[in-house]
Amino acid sequence: MAVMKKKGNKELPAISTASLPDVIFMILFFFMVSTTMRDQEVLVRYKLPEATEVQKLEKKSLVSYINIGVPVTHMQAKFGTAPRIQLNDSFKTAKDIGDFIGAEREQLNESDRAQMTVSIKADQYTKMGIITDVKQELRRANALRISYAAIESEGY
Amino acid sequence: MAGGNKRKTPDINASSQADIAFLLLVFFLVATTMNTDKGLSRVLPPIPPEDVKVEDQKQKERNVLLVFVNGAGQLMVGDEFVDIRNLKDRAKEFIVNITDDEDMPEKEDKEIDMPDGTKWVYKRSKGVISLQTTRDTAYETYIMVQNELTRVFNEIRDEVAQSKFGSPFADLNEEERKVITTAVPQQISEAEPRKAIKK
Repeated sequence: MAVMKKKGNKELPAISTASLPDVIFMILFFFMVSTTMRDQEVLVRYKLPEATEVQKLEKKSLVSYINIGVPVTHMQAKFGTAPRIQLNDSFKTAKDIGDFIGAEREQLNESDRAQMTVSIKADQYTKMGIITDVKQELRRANALRISYAAIESEGY
Repeated sequence: MAGGNKRKTPDINASSQADIAFLLLVFFLVATTMNTDKGLSRVLPPIPPEDVKVEDQKQKERNVLLVFVNGAGQLMVGDEFVDIRNLKDRAKEFIVNITDDEDMPEKEDKEIDMPDGTKWVYKRSKGVISLQTTRDTAYETYIMVQNELTRVFNEIRDEVAQSKFGSPFADLNEEERKVITTAVPQQISEAEPRKAIKK
């Protein structure tokens, strides 16, 4: 009844790769939409603390960042392992925050200046002393809207 | 060239399209970051002018709940040790002051403009939570405490929103939110740190 055909002789047809570009484009568009451009090199290592009540920062262009943490490994020879403050692309002290805020404020439209927010990205093992110094300098520079960067967690 | 138009144009070889797309993909993978910025928003108090007398800024004692975190991560609320899990309920009880206790915050009648033009008088609590740390308090502990205090106000806002507008705070529109935030302001004061107490 059934005619047995010779097995193995027939070659498998090649899988068509015509849709491969479409798949890659799809992934590409996903990344284009969901990510943002890296704007500065992070010189400190930080693991943000967790919190449940976090809010999203509204306008990215109005946000300035202050990174606080232990310098990354290849900078440790020069800057040591104590937590440092990073402003823009270099290590600074709390005293420089006033100038930094001034420069950042200058870059914004006059109407947006009141909305300026400073995001403090500090490592969870930092001591409050350095954070308090930063906060005091921010108060002195009249940059009062701040945000303590944190990772959203489900709670405990 | 007679007959040249009749010849079919050959198909463009599209096999390198995938490579081009890959190239773009790799560029975006390297040059961008995923992280969306999230955090606990706060407004710092402005530096008081030097000619303001200290007495003017003083709040009445019954209106202030002192939360103090030391370097070992221990928590003092009012004048007793409190576990961080109980902090939220403790602080909420203080701010709401449901029994109008003499030792807990006063309330003031606050007239709030409603979106429909009417006025709504709400008994707003004058309570302030004052958060103090030492210089050697861990940032992680500080954020945990800040988080709990934020929860206090978010829960109260949810309750007020529920009773006033019938839906939780997150589902309100902008005008209604403004009403609720006026009725329940986030009163967390972050004063200067205390000097570590030495014995």
